[in-house]
Formats: sequence, structure tokens, C-alpha cells
Amino acid sequence: MVEVESLRVVRCGGSELNFRRAVFSADSKYVFCVSGDFIKVYSTATEECVHILQGHRNLVTGIQLNPKNHLQLYSCSFDGMIKLWDYIDGILIKTFIVGCKLHALFTLACAEDSVFVIINKEKPDVFQLVSVKLPKSSSQEIEAKELSFVLDYINQSPKCIAFGNEGEYVAAVRDFYLSVYFFKKKTTSRFTLSSSRNKKHAKNNFTCVACHPKENCIATGHGDGKIRLWRNFDDEKKYTYTCLHWHHDLVMDLAFSVTGSSLLSGGRESVLVEWREAAEKNKEFLPRLGATIEHISVSPAGDLFCTSHSDNKMIIIHRNLEASAVIQGLVKDRNIFTGLMIDPRTKALVLNGKPGHLQFYSLQSDKQLYNLDITQQEYINDYGLIQIELTKAAFGCYGNWLATVEQRQEKETELELQMKLWTYNKKTQGFVLNTKVNMPHEDHITALCFCNAEKSENPTLVTTSKDGHFKVWILTDDSDIYKKAVGWTCDFVGSYHKYQATNCCFSEDGSLLAVSFEEIVTIWDSETWELKCTFCQRAGKIRHLCFGRLTCSKYLLGATENGILCCWNLLSCALEWSAKLNVRVMEPDPNSENIAAISQSSMGSDLFVFRPSEPRPLYIQKNISREEVQWGVFVPRDVPESFTSEAYQWLNRSQFYFLTKSQSLLTFSTQSPEEKLTPTSKQLLAEETLPTTPFYFILGKHRQQQQDDKLNEALKNELVQLPLTENIPAISELLHTPAHVLPSASFLCSMFVNSLLLSKETKSAEEIPDDVSMEEEKESVDSDEENNFTEKVQDTNNTDLGKDIIHQLSKSEEKELRKFRKVDYSWITAL
Amino acid sequence: MGEFKVHRVRFFNYVPSGIRCVAYNNQSNRLAVSRTDGTVEIYNLSANYFQEKVGCEDGSVKLFQITPDKIQFERNFDRQKSRILSLSWHPAGTHIAAGSIDYISVFDVKSGSAIHKMLVDRQYMGVSKRKCIIWGVAFLSDGTVISVDSAGKVQFWDSATGTLVKNHLIANADVQSIAISDQEDSFVVGTAEGTVFHFQLVSVTSSSSEKQWVRTKPFQHHTHDVRAVAHSPIALISGGTDTHLVIRPLMEKVEVKNYDAALRKITFPHRRLVSCAKKKQLLLFQFAHHLELWRLGSTVATGKNGDTLPLSKNADHLLHLKTKGPENIICSCISPCGSWIAYSTASRFFLYRLNYEHDNINLQRVSKMPAFLRSALQILFSEDSTKLFVASNQGSVHVIRLLEGSFKHLHTFQPQSGTVESMCLLAVSPDGNWLAASGTSAGVHVYNVKQLKLHCTVPAYNFPVTALAIAPNTNNLVIAHSDQQVFEYSIPDKQYTQWSRTIQKQGFHHLWLQRDTPITHISFHPKRPMHILLHDAYMFCIIDKSLPLPNDKTLLYNPLPPTNESDIIRRRTAHAFKISKKYKPLLFMDLLDERTLVAVERPLDDIIAQLPPPIKKKKFGT
Repeated sequence: MVEVESLRVVRCGGSELNFRRAVFSADSKYVFCVSGDFIKVYSTATEECVHILQGHRNLVTGIQLNPKNHLQLYSCSFDGMIKLWDYIDGILIKTFIVGCKLHALFTLACAEDSVFVIINKEKPDVFQLVSVKLPKSSSQEIEAKELSFVLDYINQSPKCIAFGNEGEYVAAVRDFYLSVYFFKKKTTSRFTLSSSRNKKHAKNNFTCVACHPKENCIATGHGDGKIRLWRNFDDEKKYTYTCLHWHHDLVMDLAFSVTGSSLLSGGRESVLVEWREAAEKNKEFLPRLGATIEHISVSPAGDLFCTSHSDNKMIIIHRNLEASAVIQGLVKDRNIFTGLMIDPRTKALVLNGKPGHLQFYSLQSDKQLYNLDITQQEYINDYGLIQIELTKAAFGCYGNWLATVEQRQEKETELELQMKLWTYNKKTQGFVLNTKVNMPHEDHITALCFCNAEKSENPTLVTTSKDGHFKVWILTDDSDIYKKAVGWTCDFVGSYHKYQATNCCFSEDGSLLAVSFEEIVTIWDSETWELKCTFCQRAGKIRHLCFGRLTCSKYLLGATENGILCCWNLLSCALEWSAKLNVRVMEPDPNSENIAAISQSSMGSDLFVFRPSEPRPLYIQKNISREEVQWGVFVPRDVPESFTSEAYQWLNRSQFYFLTKSQSLLTFSTQSPEEKLTPTSKQLLAEETLPTTPFYFILGKHRQQQQDDKLNEALKNELVQLPLTENIPAISELLHTPAHVLPSASFLCSMFVNSLLLSKETKSAEEIPDDVSMEEEKESVDSDEENNFTEKVQDTNNTDLGKDIIHQLSKSEEKELRKFRKVDYSWITAL
Repeated sequence: MGEFKVHRVRFFNYVPSGIRCVAYNNQSNRLAVSRTDGTVEIYNLSANYFQEKVGCEDGSVKLFQITPDKIQFERNFDRQKSRILSLSWHPAGTHIAAGSIDYISVFDVKSGSAIHKMLVDRQYMGVSKRKCIIWGVAFLSDGTVISVDSAGKVQFWDSATGTLVKNHLIANADVQSIAISDQEDSFVVGTAEGTVFHFQLVSVTSSSSEKQWVRTKPFQHHTHDVRAVAHSPIALISGGTDTHLVIRPLMEKVEVKNYDAALRKITFPHRRLVSCAKKKQLLLFQFAHHLELWRLGSTVATGKNGDTLPLSKNADHLLHLKTKGPENIICSCISPCGSWIAYSTASRFFLYRLNYEHDNINLQRVSKMPAFLRSALQILFSEDSTKLFVASNQGSVHVIRLLEGSFKHLHTFQPQSGTVESMCLLAVSPDGNWLAASGTSAGVHVYNVKQLKLHCTVPAYNFPVTALAIAPNTNNLVIAHSDQQVFEYSIPDKQYTQWSRTIQKQGFHHLWLQRDTPITHISFHPKRPMHILLHDAYMFCIIDKSLPLPNDKTLLYNPLPPTNESDIIRRRTAHAFKISKKYKPLLFMDLLDERTLVAVERPLDDIIAQLPPPIKKKKFGT
């Protein structure tokens, strides 16, 4: 890991789960979805991400099961490759290089060794459906250049293409016509909605298409909410269609059930509609799905449906229309006002989520942890309604407090403003509303920040507003005779010459508060709220303001709208240095002196990392994104990296994430994607499947030791030593004993809880397995063996301490030998 | 175009009767429509959907309850408990399916016994309704029985086993009618919500021969119950309580996309229900069972073009004449002087003499009508009100001289030998010398009234005549046909006039030929011999023969020229057809004098207001 290459900008999760239709495995155990450059494999039962299939170099645009082997998955990507995966083990089997951008993928059971892809050859808006012959070869990478055209001038979305009746025909829709290509006859029929020019029918353009699995029937969705069922379309004159109309807006997607007995449709109403027997009067609904349905897919076994929603969520729905699982990614369909924050407790990324909500998103597991409803009002999804916007949020006091600001402005003079302060409740493990302040300011709040100094005994919050004031809010005893309730009150109101207050920032130790008033920066003593000094550079309004940290805490940095970055020395009260830089994002690293600034130019966005003490940047990366970067944040690493190269040392303690205007969450990485895959999950899987043979003990021990080495390495850096679950005998006991011989749950409970408690001495940890083995003497051989196994783990832990190595080993060896007697050797006779 | 004072008459309280039954005959391509007032109308679908005949059988509403007893003389079928509302023969004639209340019975014709009794689910959207009435059944040659019922279901039954094969719930209200195409590959049902659904037999996959019935297109052309449907090879025909007859061509069956492929909606009868006594300014309105005589209002005010003038004297309802007996009125007429009224029912002819004494009216029936004047298809008075022409349904035209309070039969023009076609249109020249009479297809006969003999016959044309008139002075006969052609025939010269030849050579404007209602009345301006005034239900037109004819490039429906426009432009754009669409739906329009027109309108909203309320449906977004 030390031989560092170049630093790359990578997508780090948070990518769309709803980009394409999800695909179910044949047994409905897994659901696959494309997610940026990766394919994610989720378990349909537990919602957990089982595998991430990595290997494509660009957006993955289509996935399909291999019709000849349902344990394999085809995928295609903008990088021009079709890859074949073994999704159970997460292994790439083959890569077919096509060469041109692939927009969608289709497979057919009857099409021998060829798949269908959507490409665009010449004009940018003209797409073709072509079939690609996949050559048979044993090599890993194969060129697949044999393309044959099927349909031209089609829509690029895979929703607009459907194969029907076991590949007898393919239907494609675009604008106002439906074309059907028959493979056997090699003819194309085209049906145009004649009334498309009519004003009244202006919205009846095609939006999606689905084919009946058994019959010659094509279902098409339309912009006016109608669904048309086409039949007899092999005769261009005698064709006929039926209308089903329930949706009042665009039909987003359609899917037939496996038997074709029902048709599913969805749209902006967020209601899944099931049309049974394709009859208008016979329909079932699954309402309140939260957001627009973008895609619908059906499992090959027919027991599950999956809907993808515009708020980056997938819902697994049972055949009887009951939602059974929700897979929620980063919600991205709204403007981000709050910026990126890190919840100090969970280390989750916090930003605007659903309308009026704050979402907590885990960067590690790439999934949403939870939603905090801030506005606590029902969201009405309609055009032209002015909604309450959650505009500002800040964490304070190590995640104990959360301040949020919401606003709604219908007219110029009617501003509704609310500030809410939330306290973290340890019992419920969530935020509870503590104080609600109506109209904390007369005008928009421009910034708010907590004083996060370690020594500060009293939580303090500062808000700045366009009304020219900044207000200091402190936590005080509420007017309660028991003096138990606490609440926030305004402590001080400051202003400077009626200028608009635009930014505020506390110094690291909390002794100073910097508030910028348009072009002027004012420094206030946080004890007495006295104005200490002012800085004015006359270089435009201050856009960003931050104090230096650690050794650079005597510096104050300000970025102005005119593209000047200034650094003031607080001791000399003079300008230390200034640079011409159009700063869009300026973020200090909480773990170091480094400050990251992203500047915007016509070419793209550039990253500069510098220390306030010197005007020379530590690191420059040009053109990190073509779009405007809106927000950035440093996320402290759990395990520090050790980049030796000076240029990358700024990434040692924290990782930098940033969000572009199109809401892609990006970060910097030096690793190749293959390395990023954590190997532990793979090993665990392999271990479970190993049979109990003598080789297992030898191999298993070796692996266990390997793992322990890694574990110890990790433990050194952990403040709290957590026991690994697989090492606790009580848990393995619980998991491996057959259910019918287990004692009652109440009996096991105390033992289980005890096993999770931290032991003060290693000795007590050793005692637990002994107790268990005594109690479970009459248990099966398997459990006995497990006891032994865990004991051995403890032993190997001790070996690191370097005492009684021989004795310990011999003891364990003895026990192992005892085990050999019990092991089934029948496999030898079979040889 | 000329400026006129127009009497806008809106007090003709005419409501067409609801359609009860529709039958289509494939051989003649004709459609029979029965209405709730007992009239039967025959439409010729090949002649631009023109209504050819109106028969009024006995004028009573007759609900045919076909019970098994009715066919008892042939075979005694098993008695059913409840009444039977629908019947259908198996095409081979071996079985009969009968729809009753809550069940369908299948009878074997030979043995007369019910072989199956198929019970229909009463459940309606989960709620058990009181009764499920089988409004219609259809027996297919493969043994499938299709039933439509009051619970909104279309059900397919296997008559061999008596089991339900498929169920389509299509409406929240009754499905009232069903009609099968001759090929048995499609059928149409009508619901009480006014929707017509088309079902088609389509193959399941292109490779297999398996076929299934699929509901395809819904058509919402009616506001009320669709009581009757018919299925012609190229169109779906539906009619119901809202009195419209809708002919919806099936696009996939139409060979050429011409104007025949357009939807037809026939609301008003293709005949005259209004006659006018010009001198007395009287209007006679014909209803099914009575006549109304009105005197037009008058005004003393004057105004600019387009002004609505206030009435100084309101229109007077002078007379309400009820028919004797239950029969419907077939035709009626008032003499130009206003002192005679004649009308005819299916079996009797009535003539009344009116005497005006200031404001009072004295009505006196002329008795002892001759026996041959039993029923008339058309009645016409001569311009001087001295002669009465009656076209009887045997094809002859009777000429009767009217005297003060009595009459004298002058002559009977017998039909041409070999033809039995009845005359249904009459026209007399203003000088009283010529009488033109026309049947439905065999040309127009012109009789010399002075010499009482046939003068000539205008050559027969493929399409029936819709209106006839003879111009004053020139004695030119103007004939309008159902394909929108207009001919001018000079009676003295016994040939088509030069203008008529010119327009036939050049052809009519394509928009003129695309109008879908026939011309029902033609009249002339007494001072402008070059003008022909004619109208259909949606427009009023003055043809100025002196102006150049329009070709397909010119605008046919020219808006009224604005006054500030220069004369040159107006002259350049002017053409022979001056069309006004200001008055519609127009039932009658005639010239009272040189400067006054009378227009009888019947706004559709007024008709709808008199219909029973339609089934309430929730509309999204309301």
C-alpha cells in the first residue's frame, strides 16, 4: 500500500441505485442493481449488501442474468465492455470488449451466445439496438466486435425496449410511435399515434414499454398517464389496442408478472398499481411508497417485485403487494442547502435528504442510516407549491446538540423562519427536539456555528443573519421549578454598522469569534462579547471564513467573492498573506492544520491544500471535476493511512469528500478499485463452507492466526477493545447448536449478554468458555469442537505475549488430537 | 350576401325520441332505427347515411316481451319462472339462449327443453345487488354464449357445459346491448354510462391458432344509456336515450381514408318538421302527436348590422292541435295564406280550415275526406293556396282544388308503370303550372298542373333527393342530393341549365362535399333571380350564380367581410357560395319577404336539458 501511484478522483458510493431496473437472481435471494461504476448485490431478505462487483471503469448501464447459467450475471457499461460475473462469489469471469459506449443490455434465452445492447454510432441523439455475438474463448478478455443491427433510431432508455414472447419480436417506443421488429420474418411494423399533433393529445407520447411473457401483447406507458395494450400488431392494418387509465401523470415504468396475469405500473403518484387480467376494473394498489416510482422489476420466480424510486431507494415487494424490505441509498433528488457535515457520533455524512428531512448516510456501508424529520410536516408533492426548506444545520458538543434552520418564503415580505435545537437522547439513540425558536432573526440566516472548544462548559451557538445582527444562543436552565429542563435562549446580539452578517466562526479553543459583515471581518471575545478588532481588505464580500487549527491557530482565513484568499495573523492583527483564488469551497481538516480549498474556473474545479502558516500550497490537483463543486468535507479516518509521499500526507488522517452540482459524491483515492475490496468477507464465506476434515484444522488454524495478526494490529489503534463475535463461545454455541436441542431463550439470554460485556482481564474471558463447556457437556460433537476452537483462539492470543509457548501449544495439540478421534474419517474409505 | 332581418325562432320545443332498437341489414346496407315513440327510420348507409323513410306503425310504445309461450305453437319450451329479456339463436338454429333475471337458459329447439341454466353472479364490485338482469345474449356458432347484464359484466359461457369461461367487468352500471359481427370476430356492447366497448377476437400468439376475446377500444359518444347497438362490417352503430345515432367506422376495416371514415352523429331528422305561412308570418311545428301554430313576433326598432332588435310584440302560440288516436304524425303543412292546415298520420288524412277574426282563431275540420287520401308522405299547398298536392304512400300524387270550406279532387298522377316507389318530396312552381315530385331514387318527375300530365322526368341519379324547389319566373328546378350535389334543371327546356353544367364540370368544393347533413330546404329570393337559398342543419347558404365558382384552393367558409375592407379585395375573394354558420342547429330557414328571414333553431343544450339525468360519474380532478 505504500508504493503510491497517482491520486485519483473516485466516486465513493452514494451513487444512484435507481439508474436502471433492478434484477433478481433466479431464486429471488439476491437483487442486483447498478450503482455508479459498480454492481451491488443485495440480499432480498436482510437488505444487506452482500457483494459489490467492481471492475467497470465507467457508469454501469445494464445488468441481466445469463440465461444459460442463472448463477452468472452480464453487465455492460459506458466503458464499452460487457462483463460476466459470478455473483455468488463476486468474481469476474470474463470481459468482452465491444469498444463503443453501451447504453443498455438485454439477454434472450433463445439467442445463442449473443446479447443485445444499445449503442449510438454517429449522431449524438440517434441510438441503435444491436446484437453482439459473444465469442467462445477461454481467455479472460475477449474482443467482441461482431455487431448486427436490429433497430435504428430508438430511445436510449432501456425502458423503451422490450423483448416479447421468448424473443419472437422486440418492441421499441420513441416519441409518438411504437415499432415492432419480428426476428423470424425480419420485418418492422410501426404504429404512430395519429392524434399526436392534436393539442388535446399533446402529452400522449410513449414513455415505456413492456411485453407480455406468453401472449402477443405489448403494454406501453404514455405521458398522459394512459397505458395502452396492443394486440394483433403483426398485422399493420388490423392492430388494435385497449386503454387502461388510472395514473394522472406520466407512466414511469411497466412490468408484466412472470405468468403475464397481471401488469404493474408506477409513476409520480408513488403508488404501485397492479392491473389483474389487464382489466380496467380489476386493479390493486400499493400506495404511499414515498417517492416517484422510476423502475419496476419482477423476480424470475415470480414471488417478488422491486420498485426503484427517485429518492434513491429500492423497495422489495412481496407478490401480495406488501413491502418487505427497503434499500435506501443517499437521497439525491433535492438541492443541498445544509452542506456536508459529519455526525461526530456515528461518523455518518449528514445532509439534506427527503424534503424537510436530514439524512444520516454511512460512507462505509454506502447506505442511509436514518432520516431525521426536521420540519415534521406532511410533504405535498405538487408543482408550484413553495415548500419549507431545511436551509442550515450544525452539530455541536460532540454530537450532543443539533441546530437546524428551516425557512419558507412565499412572497418577498413574508418570510417564515424557524430554528430548532435538538438534543441527543441516549435512551432512544436519536435526536429529540429541545427548543424551537420562531423567527430567530428578521431575515435569512446566513450561517450558524457551535463553539466546539473542549473547555467550554456552556454550549454556545452563534447565528448570523442578513438583518445585520449576529445572535449568541446559550443553553440555560429553563423556567422550571425543578431546574431540570434546559433550553436555549439568546444571550447576546451583536451588529456592526448595519452591515449584513454573512459568516461566523469560532476559533479552535473557543476564545474568539469571527463574524464577517460583508467585506469586514470582526473578531469578538467570546467571554465578554467585546469587539476586539476588525479586518477589512476591500476585496469583496467574505464568502468563507475559518480559523486555522493546531499550530496554525493564530491565523484566520477569509475567502472573498472577488476571488481573493486572505490570511490574517491574529497576534499582529495584520494581513499575513493573500492569494488570488476564486474559492468555492473552503474546509479545514479537524485533525490537522490543513485546509482544502476548491476553486472554480471555466475549465473546471481545482483543489488546493495548504497550511495557513505558509502561502505555498501543499498539494494541487487540477480539474478534479468538470462541474461546479458545491460542498466538501473532511472525514476523519478510523485507521490513519501512511502515505510517505509528501504530496499525499494531507490524506493521512482524514479523507476529503466533495459534492458536485449534479450531486455526485466524490473523494480522492490512491488505491486501485480491486484493492479497496475488503477481503474479510470473502474469507468468512470460504470458511463456513469448509468441511470438517483434518485439513480443515490445519488450514483453519493457519487462517485464524492470520486473522488474529490483522486483528491485533487493528486493536492497537482502537481505544475500546471489542471482542470479535466469532471468538465468543456463547454466540457460536447459540448459532451452531441445532435449534431443537437448545435451552429456552430466557436461559440463554443472560449468558449471551454476559458474553458481550467487556472483561477487565483476559482471564475472565477464558473462564467463560469453560463454564459453557461444562454446561453443554451433553451437547453434540460439533459444539464441543467449537468450544475447543475458541479456546484455541485465546491461546494463540496469549502466544503473542511470549510466555509458555511450548506448553500452551502442546495442550492445544492434545485437545486437537482428542478431536481427531471424533472426526469422521469415512471420506478416506471413499478414496 | 345581402342584409336580412332574421327571426331567430327558438321556441320550437322539439325533442327527438330516444333510440330503442337498431338493426342492420348487410345485403342492402341499410339501417333500421326504432325510437321510443314508435317511429321506425330507415337509413341508407351507402347514400351518405341519408334517412330515407320514416314509418310510424301504430304510434304506441311497444315493448316486445318474448316469453316461451309465444313460440308455444311450435314447441312447448320448459317454462321459466321469470320473464325473458333477451334471446339469441344459435346460427345453426339448433339452440336458443335466453337471458332472464339472474340466469341464462339454453334451450334445445328440437326437444324444447332447457339443457342448461347458467346462474349469473349477482355480486357487483363486492356488493350484492338485488337482481342481475341479463340485458342481452349472443350465441356464437362455436357454442359460446356471450351475455351482458345489469352488474356491468360481459361474460362468456360455454353452452355445451354450461360453465363460465371468462368474465369482463367493464362498467359500474348496466351493460344494456350487444351486437356481433357476421364473421363472429368482433362484437360491441353498450353501457348505461354511454360508453360503447368493442371486443375483438385476437390470436394469443402469432404462431398458435389459439384465440381469445379482448376488450379493445372504448368509445364515449353518448351521454346516456346506449340502448341499442349494431355491428356493420365496417362500423359500430349505437343509439340510446340521448337520441343520437352514432356511426363509428372501424379504422382497420376502412379501405380508403376518405370522409366515409369519419364519425357520424345523426341527431335531427333529415326531413322538414316546420312549415311556414309567409304572408301571415305563421309557423307550423310538427311534433309526434300534435301540431303547434305560432305567429312570429315583430319589432319596430331598427339597428345596425349584427344588432339584436328588441321585440315590440312577442311571438304568439296560436294553436295546439292534438291528433286523434295514438298514431304519429307523418307530415304536415300550412298553406302560404295561412288559412289551411293539413296533416297525415299512418292511416288518416286531416284537413282544417282556419278563420282569423282579430285575435281569435276559428278552426274548422274539413270532413268527408275521400278514401284514397288515407295516408300521405308529403303534403304541399300551391303558392296561391288554391290547390293541395298530396303524395300518397302508393306512389301516386293527388291534386285537390280547395274552395272556401270544401274541396274537389282534380286529378291523380299515377306512378310510372312498374315502379311502386312512393313519392316523398314535392315542389310546386310559384305560378302554379309545374309540380315536381321525387321518390327516393328513381329520378324527379315534373308534371304540368294545367294540363294534368307528366311533363318530363329528370334523369335518375345514384343518390336520393333531399330537397326540391322550383324557381319563380325561370321555372328552374333545383335539386339537392344526399351526396351534397346540387343540380339546376330547366323545366321548360327539359334540360340542365348552363350553370348546372358548369358546376358539374368544375365540381363542388371539397369542403362542401364533406358536410355530413343533407340540405333540407331550398328557397328563392323574389327580387334576385340569381340567388338560391338553401340550408342544412349546420349552415345557411346563398348561392349567387353570377359569381365565379370556388375551386379547392379558395376559402369556402369565408367569414363575413369586415366593413372597412376595400371593395377590390372583397370582390376578388368573393365566390358563388356565401355561407353563414351563425344559426345552428338549423331545423328550418325560409324567406318571409325580400328583407326578412325566419330561422328555426333547436340548440342541443335545450334538448339535453329535457332528457332524464345521466348516470353520475366521478371525474378525476373535480
